[in-house]
Parts: sequence; C-alpha cells; structure tokens
Amino acid sequence: MSRPATRLTDTKKVSGELFSLTYGALVAQIVKDYQSVEDVNKQLEKMGYNVGVRIIEDFLARTKEGKCADFRETAEKVQAAFKLYLNMSPTVTSWSAASDQFSLVFEANPIAEFVELPDNYADLQYSNILCGAIRGALEMVHIEVAAWFAQDNLKGDSVTELRVKFIRKVEDTVPAGDD
Amino acid sequence: LINCLIHFYKRDFVMSGTYYFVIVGHNDNPLFEVEFSSSGREVRKDDHRHLNQFIAHAALDLVDEHMLRTPNMYLKIVDKFNEWFVSAFVTASRQRFIMLHDLKNEDGIKSFFSEMYETYIKQVMNPFYSINTPIKSVHFEKKAQFYGRKFLTG
Repeated sequence: MSRPATRLTDTKKVSGELFSLTYGALVAQIVKDYQSVEDVNKQLEKMGYNVGVRIIEDFLARTKEGKCADFRETAEKVQAAFKLYLNMSPTVTSWSAASDQFSLVFEANPIAEFVELPDNYADLQYSNILCGAIRGALEMVHIEVAAWFAQDNLKGDSVTELRVKFIRKVEDTVPAGDD
Repeated sequence: LINCLIHFYKRDFVMSGTYYFVIVGHNDNPLFEVEFSSSGREVRKDDHRHLNQFIAHAALDLVDEHMLRTPNMYLKIVDKFNEWFVSAFVTASRQRFIMLHDLKNEDGIKSFFSEMYETYIKQVMNPFYSINTPIKSVHFEKKAQFYGRKFLTG
C-alpha cells in the first residue's frame, strides 16, 4: 500500500501536555527501575536512538530534499525536524571553527514543562531522548555524531543548549536492528 | 510602665494579621506549612506550630462535612478556636487547604487559596512528585511567600 505523495495535514495530533506528562511518567519510571542516574541517562539515550533510526524515514519522506552538501545543511534539517515533530524552534548557533560542531538553543523545553529535578537527580539528563534521536537519525544517513546537553533549563541555566558534533561519515552499511 | 507591659502582653498574645496555611493530605498528614504575619516581626515557628497543627487537625472533620454539602471548592470559615478562625478550600482531588487566621480577610484568603491551587496543580504535574508526599520544592515555597505577601499581609 503506497503512501500518498503529500500529506497536507496530519489529523492525528496529540496534546502537548499529554505528551509531556507521558514522557515524564516514563522518565520517573526508569528512574525508579535503575539505581544510578548514569544508567538512566544511557537508557534515555538508547530509547532516543531507537526513535531516531525510525523517524528519519518519515522525515525524508515528508521533506523530499536530497543529500546534504555539508554539515551546515544537516544542521538546518535537524532544526526543521524539531519544528515538524515537536513544534519547537531552536536556533542554530555556536559553530566551531571547522564547522563540525553546532548548538541548538531552545528558549524553553516543552517536554520538560512541569518538571523540577529533585536534588538527588541533579545529574539526570531529562531530555536525553532528544540526543539519542539525533544520533540515531543521522546514523541512518551515514553521519556519525555525538549529541549532548551543554546547558539545561532544568539545571538552572537560562536556555537549553543541545550540542552536536560531527565524528565521521559512516562508510559501511548500518544494520537496521535495535541497539 | 503599665502601658508598656500591656503593650508587650498584646504583642505576644494578640497577633493581628497572622496566618497559618497548611495543605493536608488524604492521610491527614501535613504536606506543606507556612506562616505569614503582617506585624513584620519574625514569626518563631516552633512556638506556635504545635498549636496551629492541633487546631487545623481538629477542624478536619468539619471540613470533610462541609465538603460533602457544597459544590464549592472554597468553604469559607468552617470553625473557630479562641481568636483563630479556620477557613478551608478543597481541591478536585480532595486535598484540603486549611488557613488559620485571626482577621476576617475573606477576599484575600479566597484569592490566596485560588492561586495556591494553581501552584499546587503545577506541582502535581511534576513527574518526580508523588501525591500525598511533603512538598519540598523551592519554587512552590517562593510562590506561597509571594501570594502571602500579596493577598494576606500586604
């Protein structure tokens, strides 16, 4: 069954609050299941990775653009994906000298809307799923990156800053299995 | 000298514009407590805290009775103990907000309850907060202080 060529409106929208609460319940449960905060961070990143490797197909089907000529175009695509899937508009800033690192700066983080980190979870990367998603999605288009949070609203910073660093082009085909 | 003594007596016993706010959970446990005083002097919590808790606790049965008889969340004054009035507000999930006060400040207390209800809702939305546990959030305390100054002590 083939997909229609263009989908003008996606009628299956979900409320942002419901999404935030669902993600919050998920993180709270993982925190209860695992002893160390580091393990929780890893799990969130893994989950994000699994989302990323799948969502890239949907993204490419919707946007129909060709290959990226350089990393700057990749950054723009990532920015467009945030707008498309999460209705977030980060700005792309802080390019490194070699154009291999950039930052996505969010004024506010809607998935962490009602969250206050308790003191014993100060090292928790609450939105780590986003880092994993970026890593997974870009790996499927043969770009290996590392993604992490440089600043976080939840930790008292004024903005949330997600840093992405280009590591290398992946030459061999990546198996599309789960992590 | 006698005037001075009377003044001193009044300062300790007749505290005008003093409020004690407590959120009581489903197990009759206090989840959040705060005191406000318009006289501006330091309210020593330990001195009056036990009495306040006792008065609030004693009023709980009356609050529960009132709550069943009215569709309103704001229950106004439900009890009186010496010079203390007890006002109450019940949330949708039956959490009880109790206010002990010695002045009848109905509008101020009603506004304070409404704003604290909003603040409470946001607190409950935090995935790391479990309902019926003590509220330790700095943000919540700040809001309580802010609304207390705005609507209660001025």
